[in-house]
Amino acid sequence: MLFYPESFKVSTPTDREIEIERDFNAPRQLVFDAFTKPELVRRWLLGPDGWTMPVCEIDLKVGGLYRYVWRKESAGMEMGMGGVFREVVRKEKLVATEKFDDSWYPGEAVDTTVFAERGGITRVKLTVLYESKEARDTATRSGMEHGMVAGYNRLEELLASFNATA
Amino acid sequence: MQAATSHLNATFAALADPTRRAILARLASGQATVNELAEPFDMTQPAISKHLKVLEGAGLISRDRDAQRRPSRLEPRRLAEASAWLEQYRQFWEASFARLDHVLEELKPKKTRREKSSSR
Repeated sequence: MLFYPESFKVSTPTDREIEIERDFNAPRQLVFDAFTKPELVRRWLLGPDGWTMPVCEIDLKVGGLYRYVWRKESAGMEMGMGGVFREVVRKEKLVATEKFDDSWYPGEAVDTTVFAERGGITRVKLTVLYESKEARDTATRSGMEHGMVAGYNRLEELLASFNATA
Repeated sequence: MQAATSHLNATFAALADPTRRAILARLASGQATVNELAEPFDMTQPAISKHLKVLEGAGLISRDRDAQRRPSRLEPRRLAEASAWLEQYRQFWEASFARLDHVLEELKPKKTRREKSSSR
């Protein structure tokens, strides 16, 4: 068994995006299946220990819906999200909207997942694109934050500067 | 992933504005009065006061109630919570991908590559 946990990267390439990258020691077909078959997705897309996925529905076609609900029994917590597939290229690419039930940002974000295989290793790149700057500014006025990613970039610097002076 | 969401909403709303982030950056190097803050930003005192009110409401700064000049100072705890959000995001995917490694391993055909090529 050869895994590549050190290939995991999280970055904020623009003020509207979060990007995640990770290599998997498996052919692209398997990785694509693991991302798109509910019986597989619910086994791994769980985050920290203690969460289960009682709802995992995926209608894998352009215009098809997906719906995920996570539950943490011990804490009595539940959260759901879902969206619509905009692009489905088997083994290569998925584009889907995402919206959390109890969302902390307005509008929808768009997730793009790209699967690229090289020598039996599949690199997954997941990009979450938040809405326009205009939407973000509207959001700011309405008291909800849409530019949290942009804010975070500067937050890092801010925290660094605070630590330096503390 | 969404623990303390309402807290974070207020925090991120406050952080959305570039002037407010600049104010926080300024306060990171020490407390300052409205006057001292208004100067570099080329803004009126009421405009700065408005921003300070938002920051105070989000728990990002505190202001001395008694002192006449009411200097503002940074409250680092809430900032740390906000930065924890991206950390949670990272943790969510890191933990999920570690599980995915094992699911993929299971999905692979049990036969070795050599056996597979000879059987075909």
